[in-house]
Amino acid sequence: MLADLTPLLAAADLTSLAIPAEPFPNGISRYAIGGLFVGLGAVLIYLGTGIIAGASTFLESTLSYVSGQSRFAKYRYDRDWRVVFTVGIVLGAAVYAVLWQGGAWTTDVQPWRLLVGGVFVGIGTRIGKGCTSGHGVCGVGSASKTSIVGVITFLAVAIVTAQVVSALGVSP
Amino acid sequence: MGAPDRTEHPLFAPLVLVGGLIFGFGLAYSHMARPEVVLDFLQFEDFGLPFVMFGAAIVTGIAFFLVPRIRDRAPMTGDAYERRLKPFDRNVLIGGSIFGVGWGLSGICPGAAYASLGIGNVTILWALVGMFAGAYLQGVWRSRSQDTDATATSAD
Repeated sequence: MLADLTPLLAAADLTSLAIPAEPFPNGISRYAIGGLFVGLGAVLIYLGTGIIAGASTFLESTLSYVSGQSRFAKYRYDRDWRVVFTVGIVLGAAVYAVLWQGGAWTTDVQPWRLLVGGVFVGIGTRIGKGCTSGHGVCGVGSASKTSIVGVITFLAVAIVTAQVVSALGVSP
Repeated sequence: MGAPDRTEHPLFAPLVLVGGLIFGFGLAYSHMARPEVVLDFLQFEDFGLPFVMFGAAIVTGIAFFLVPRIRDRAPMTGDAYERRLKPFDRNVLIGGSIFGVGWGLSGICPGAAYASLGIGNVTILWALVGMFAGAYLQGVWRSRSQDTDATATSAD
């Protein structure tokens, strides 16, 4: 259904002069179908357990295995299933890599960007009570005002950051 | 807090594993597990990425709306079906902004980072190390200022 839209949008591009670059160079279906699977995974867990899962709490709950900080202790009771959830995410992506991707894929983004960005992500998602899955998928799905404000905040800041980094000539 | 028996159902762990598998497959299929694709979106070179988040949010939204009207409690845990509501305070804005800087710099968010490892991207270990270090730093800091959680009052 969404795949059928792609040629229409491509055809629309030929007739419109104002668009600087093609808005969907890779089509839409890849993104929409992937998103449906992400949602279905969260829904399956919700149906069976009532748990509304996010991916970033794994960071704090897993740290409770190795750190006695009181901040992490409150996640002790759900740290085991969060490890199972995360192992599932890795395995599910591996299934895609084997069946569709045709082997391993490696990023060209520089390690310092991944490391420094990762530190900000680790601090920010935990202070901000969620990430792209907790706020973006489950919170928005819950029509939570907190999550909608959270998503608008991190999306806007991320766009500005990426544009500035790109303007400074950092690539990839 | 802390009723550990809710996870003792024999199918609890298998169900969470399969849910994670489908979740991770979706992140890989959408290419969101590739930092380059996220950066292309944030730099306005490919507007496809919002279809991942909002496509997923529509699916969860339908389930979160319908399921509580059909059943009261989840079969494996006995937990009530509820929405994901978190109290709003300025931490949502502060944390969201810090996360935004990290996401915009690296193109990586937690779920996509785990999935990235699954597609064979060993370089992503840099981001995973960074995320755990960041989560640890805020944990040490917040363990010492316990009053931050007590200030969360306004309802969602």
